[in-house]
Amino acid sequence: MTATVLPRSGARTRRHRVWRQPVVVTALVVLAAWLAVAVLAGWLSPYDPLAQSADIYAPPSAAHPFGTDELGRDVLSRVLHGARLSIPLALAIVAGALLVGGLLGLVAGYLGRVADEIIMRVTDLVFAFPQIILAMAVTAAFGPSATNAVLALVIVSWPVYARVIRGAVLSIRGENYLSAARMLGVGPVTVLRRDVIPNSVGPAIVLATLELGNAVLLLAGLSFLGLGPRPPAPEWGAMVALGSNDISMWWVSVFPGLAILTVVLACNILGDAIRDRFDPNLVGGR
Amino acid sequence: MTTVETSAPPARRPRVPPIVRYLARRLAIAVGLLFGSTLIGFLLVQAVPGDPVAANLSDEALGDPAAVAAFEQRWGLDEPLPVQYLTYLRNLVQGDLGTSQHTGRPVVEDLLDHIPATLEIALPAILLSVLLGIGIGMFAALRHGRAADQAVRIGSLLGLSTPPFWLSLLALYLFFFVLGLSPGGGRLSPEFSPPPSVTGLYPVDALLAGDPMLAWDAVQHAALPVLVLTLVTTATLVRFVRSALLEVLRKDYITAAHAKGLPPRTVLFRHLLRAGLVQIMTMAGLTFASMLAGTVLIESVFAWPGLGNYAYTSASALDRPAILGVTLFVAATYILINLVVDLLYGLADPRIRLS
Repeated sequence: MTATVLPRSGARTRRHRVWRQPVVVTALVVLAAWLAVAVLAGWLSPYDPLAQSADIYAPPSAAHPFGTDELGRDVLSRVLHGARLSIPLALAIVAGALLVGGLLGLVAGYLGRVADEIIMRVTDLVFAFPQIILAMAVTAAFGPSATNAVLALVIVSWPVYARVIRGAVLSIRGENYLSAARMLGVGPVTVLRRDVIPNSVGPAIVLATLELGNAVLLLAGLSFLGLGPRPPAPEWGAMVALGSNDISMWWVSVFPGLAILTVVLACNILGDAIRDRFDPNLVGGR
Repeated sequence: MTTVETSAPPARRPRVPPIVRYLARRLAIAVGLLFGSTLIGFLLVQAVPGDPVAANLSDEALGDPAAVAAFEQRWGLDEPLPVQYLTYLRNLVQGDLGTSQHTGRPVVEDLLDHIPATLEIALPAILLSVLLGIGIGMFAALRHGRAADQAVRIGSLLGLSTPPFWLSLLALYLFFFVLGLSPGGGRLSPEFSPPPSVTGLYPVDALLAGDPMLAWDAVQHAALPVLVLTLVTTATLVRFVRSALLEVLRKDYITAAHAKGLPPRTVLFRHLLRAGLVQIMTMAGLTFASMLAGTVLIESVFAWPGLGNYAYTSASALDRPAILGVTLFVAATYILINLVVDLLYGLADPRIRLS
């Protein structure tokens, strides 16, 4: 091993050129393309994603570029429509978790004492469960549906936001501008809204970007287990599960799986880049 | 989670060694979490919309008034909620997690049956992942910012972004259907019967029984699930090892070690790896725990009769007692492994041991 172990001085400056890295640009383009697909799915799809036909398990061809599944449905049309399902649902999961976790983190960090203790203990508790397992138990308890899957994934993913927001609030709690506002007689709600929230929301937004890919992956996992949107909804995870009925028909699961992979990978590359750019301390994540 | 107690105890208090205080604190936290997880389990049972009897008994048992009455009696359903929780706790302490709706057997027995199969793939996978994770992570950290480092970063992101259930299907398609290298799903080929159970791990038991053919068949069956599990886990560990080592690389004592002319190899093994190793072991412990959850999305594809497959079949049958049983079991394992890792950490880190 001849490599020098000294840190290289070039690393720092290189980090700031992150937006010009081809990988990051590609990830942005891929995500933008998927967003476009989600909006234009109805117009782009050659077939109705739910329409069955006698042409079952047709391999990829000019008529069906991604082939057809066991009910003769066009896999391409279903993958395109899947974007319309997975992307908004993942956004809803992240938004819900950000809202719940953010509020609780805000309360814990700002009020401190008992509120902080209780909220942080509950956070630890939820962390004690592996996400997919707890989400599975919640959806199974409430019954499988798209709404309950989102609900379950919000329940398992808010704690990380609560921790980050609480940390951000704690770091500004002693700042003079907060004391000044309080001494001027500004009410606690106004202080929170005008001073605390704007100054602590940054890290949470970074985290939300990082977590978007995770949300897509977890949702697909739940659907794969049959606990997501009900069939025949074209959910990517559920479509991959269909492919396991007969593995020789590889196209049934390969294409929806590639859809999940590309969206999640793009989110993760972007999240990584954003984290490097804005928050070198978040390295490693959870 | 790991708070290092730095302040010296006041002189008048009886002197408790810091290590004892640290261990006691970790133990208390673990017990609290275990207790709390039962509360979550109980709340989930309560949250079931509609009748808990209908949600927990099979259709067959529902038609039988005696079975319904027995169920109500067992879980104290006519009592107020706090009493119900105590009944639930008492049953839990006695190892009663309820009866599975689709197997009709006690959930605890089902769980015990499925654990060895999961260990059979999880143990080799964690071993391989730790070795690969340290190797690749170190390789990347020492080439920080260069092309090789970038490649490792993208590669590990790729591993993290791949749905494990999809990867399993691809592996099965390629190695079983196209190449014919894998014997397919299950733990053994149909012509073999399981070896007499000693450890519950088929390859080990087969060797103990002096049957190398059987052991080889078991190994071949385990290969693909181990491969997928290893790939997914290695991705997480590589990222962790890389950032942990980069952290250590920035330390002054590494620069000092180089400055005083120590050979790079000595710095690497004596200083760098040693400092990073405690953290890496912590992470490996936690990864092993989360692997139990990860198998949920893998085992079903390989018809591998482990915990993950049990969770999967329970979930698709909406078998609530079984799902809750698995959930509690995995959470408890997670908490206990966490505790062990914390304790080892306390013993290994001189700042906690001696402070």
